Amino acid sequence: MSHYLNHDYGIRSWLLTKDHKRIALLYLISATVMFMIGGIFALLVRLELLTPAGDLMQSETYNKMFTMHGIAMVFFFLIPAVPAVLGNFLVPMMIGARDLAFPRVNLLSWYIYTIGALFTLWAMISGGVDTGWTFYTPYSTAWSNTNVLVTGVGIFITGFSSILTGLNFIVTIHRMRAPGMTWFRLPLFIWAHYAASIIMILGTPVVAITILLLALERGLHLGIFDPALGGDPVLFQHLFWFYSHPAVYIMILPSMGVISELVACFSRKRVFGYSFIAFSSLTIALVGFLVWGHHMFVSSQSVYAGLVFSVLSFVVAVPSAVKVFNWTATLYKGTITFETPMIYAFGFIGLFTIGGLTGLFLASIGLDVHVHDTYFIVAHFHYIMVGGVIMGYLGGLHFWWPKITGRMYSEFWGRISAAIIFIGFNLTFFPQFILGYLGMPRRYHAYPEEFQVLNVMSTAGASILGVGYLIPLVYLFWSMRYGKPASDNPWGARGLEWTTPSPPPVENFPVTPVVTEEAYAYGTHGKESPVG
Amino acid sequence: MSGHVVPPRIYFAVFAALMILTALTVWAAFQDFGPLNTVIALGIACVKATLVVLYFMHVRYGGRLVWVMISGALIWLGILLVITLADYASRGWL
Amino acid sequence: MADAHAGALHAHQFEDADQQKDASTLGMWVFLLTEILFFGGMFLAYAVYRIAYPAAWAAASHHLDVRLGGINTVVLIVSSLTMAMAVHAAQLGRRQQLVVFLILTMLLGGVFVGIKAVEYQHKFAEGHVPGPGFHFEGADGRHAQLFFSLYFAMTGMHALHMIIGFGLLAWLLAGSLKGRFTPSYYTPVEMIGLYWHFVDIVWIFLFPLLYLLGRH
Repeated sequence: MSHYLNHDYGIRSWLLTKDHKRIALLYLISATVMFMIGGIFALLVRLELLTPAGDLMQSETYNKMFTMHGIAMVFFFLIPAVPAVLGNFLVPMMIGARDLAFPRVNLLSWYIYTIGALFTLWAMISGGVDTGWTFYTPYSTAWSNTNVLVTGVGIFITGFSSILTGLNFIVTIHRMRAPGMTWFRLPLFIWAHYAASIIMILGTPVVAITILLLALERGLHLGIFDPALGGDPVLFQHLFWFYSHPAVYIMILPSMGVISELVACFSRKRVFGYSFIAFSSLTIALVGFLVWGHHMFVSSQSVYAGLVFSVLSFVVAVPSAVKVFNWTATLYKGTITFETPMIYAFGFIGLFTIGGLTGLFLASIGLDVHVHDTYFIVAHFHYIMVGGVIMGYLGGLHFWWPKITGRMYSEFWGRISAAIIFIGFNLTFFPQFILGYLGMPRRYHAYPEEFQVLNVMSTAGASILGVGYLIPLVYLFWSMRYGKPASDNPWGARGLEWTTPSPPPVENFPVTPVVTEEAYAYGTHGKESPVG
Repeated sequence: MSGHVVPPRIYFAVFAALMILTALTVWAAFQDFGPLNTVIALGIACVKATLVVLYFMHVRYGGRLVWVMISGALIWLGILLVITLADYASRGWL
Repeated sequence: MADAHAGALHAHQFEDADQQKDASTLGMWVFLLTEILFFGGMFLAYAVYRIAYPAAWAAASHHLDVRLGGINTVVLIVSSLTMAMAVHAAQLGRRQQLVVFLILTMLLGGVFVGIKAVEYQHKFAEGHVPGPGFHFEGADGRHAQLFFSLYFAMTGMHALHMIIGFGLLAWLLAGSLKGRFTPSYYTPVEMIGLYWHFVDIVWIFLFPLLYLLGRH
């Protein structure tokens, strides 16, 4: 039977495709490569931190390791992963469309992403960058002797990929919903991607111009942030964080969208408080733009501005909490089963809650002054980024794997890896909360003796986590050839994407569907038993 | 096919208004209105921009969604400007 | 995308030509909104430093040529008029008019960039280009360099957008000469028109903010 994977062959049919499903797979490849590169840098960081002395590498080299880890992970994995892989594949299908509004723009956005990634990789290989992924001036403009310019160009280029993806999603969701697919019948995955797209549109251009100004200052001596001219380095921080804080919501919102889908399916229940979750996504997107100064409490920002940012940072936690409560309420009295995606969903809910709550510690200025630039911060954001975003991404990847590839993965290995990842993750990052609270600074390659035990635990955990990430690579890849062929709807899930064959035909729906039921209309038929 | 055809006389009227406003802003710049100079300059620029958006860019004749989005983006720019400037303004307060 | 001739044709992902045009319009607007935020970052830097260093800002602005800036403002406004007329011509299927207005718009765009080049050359000559060779008489030399850094960044970025616009217009011109645009399919003309007007709007703000300070 003809479907999107086999209806055309050859490298040209892939590199010149306009099919959103193929583009999603192109992104899967690129993003996985960048994830592994980021992972290698993480490995090197953790290796150095096994011992208190800076004995594996010089401090300048270490600075490059954590910088490039951050850049690769933030800009080239966490931002694009869920939207560009799962979003690209599923947004048109979930709303009953044949493709996104602008398929060629979609392909262009992948090329832009890849070119930006190659630029940045070249910068990394040919000397690296050591400014931290935050590129603070004046170090990045005047003092660093590393490839700041080329890296900046690479990130600048890739930013357009994000902008174009967001643009495509917004127009598609507004204009291409199938008949009967009203806004409040949309899967929450769509609401999440819509909200994230708003952030992509409004935020990314600001970091683009910021990096450009940084590059102009460094390359052409246009002194915008230069204190010698009366410029203000803190202005850079304002511009940088205006995007980079909302950016974390670009990362988490799509992942939260995945969790809504998983929790509903594997409790066989409609999501509790649908409109609350939908509106909370928009609220997070909007309020998320009002809190950036909480990264700048100790930067010489005014105390009054700090006060306002602090209060708003407490406020922004509320819609996230609303989601957690609603997912929990969805689970209550549901018929819960523990397939691999659901294990990831549970992991997400627990770890995101911890990460989010520790964010409240940081929103409180008095506490933040104490733990700023320590491992407490590092632990906080890794709980959200890894415990949150990546868990959601992996859960979603497993959930929709049968639809994307037409194959079932090994449920045994899926569950084992999820468990290994969960254990490895907590062993890596929980000690870091303690380390940070005790005062160990971040971005240092050496530390006082008394912190060694916790660091060794953390590095051990990182190794386990690394193994946990490698295993799915093996069995998912294996399943593409040898996995059991999947039915249209192996999980018995609701949603338009599950009404198509696995894998879907090129045009998704031979006849445009007409939607008559609410989202998550579970409980009307039994579930097929999952295979494997 | 849909697409409102705006009569050229509207375009010319808007053009004339833009010209007059340009002359006005240049003239005003050479007078001393104190702090009002900035307000006047920005105000005139906003009026000119609004005319271009409404008539040359057809927003006057289009749907609601577009102008909601435009307003949103402008508000967002406003957030960036206001909060950052508030930081600078309030640094000396303590 | 769509084949222009039959008019009712549209790309496969759309239900009909109306949906396609609607989507294209929305898409172009979303893109222009990103441009607002993009230039906005530079306007923020401008605002911060202008409030901090008003004297330097006024002094530096004084060294920009108001006449050339004013002429350029007029040039761009006229070019917006010709662009709007080009879209109008396309809507009514008047191919010759469309071609003429596109050419006029392109010419005006060329004039703008030409005048900008002359201005930049003046700045080079006067030593007002930021960097090691910067030289500014007056007590506010340091802060004036900030002004000129923003001047070059903002007008340079604007000029880059104009040049891209020029290229887009050239593409439109080629299409118009081949008869690609009809009353039932003129979307690219309108979309590029939106872009062109936006670039005009940026200049509408740049002109008073950069050229008209400290003139009294």
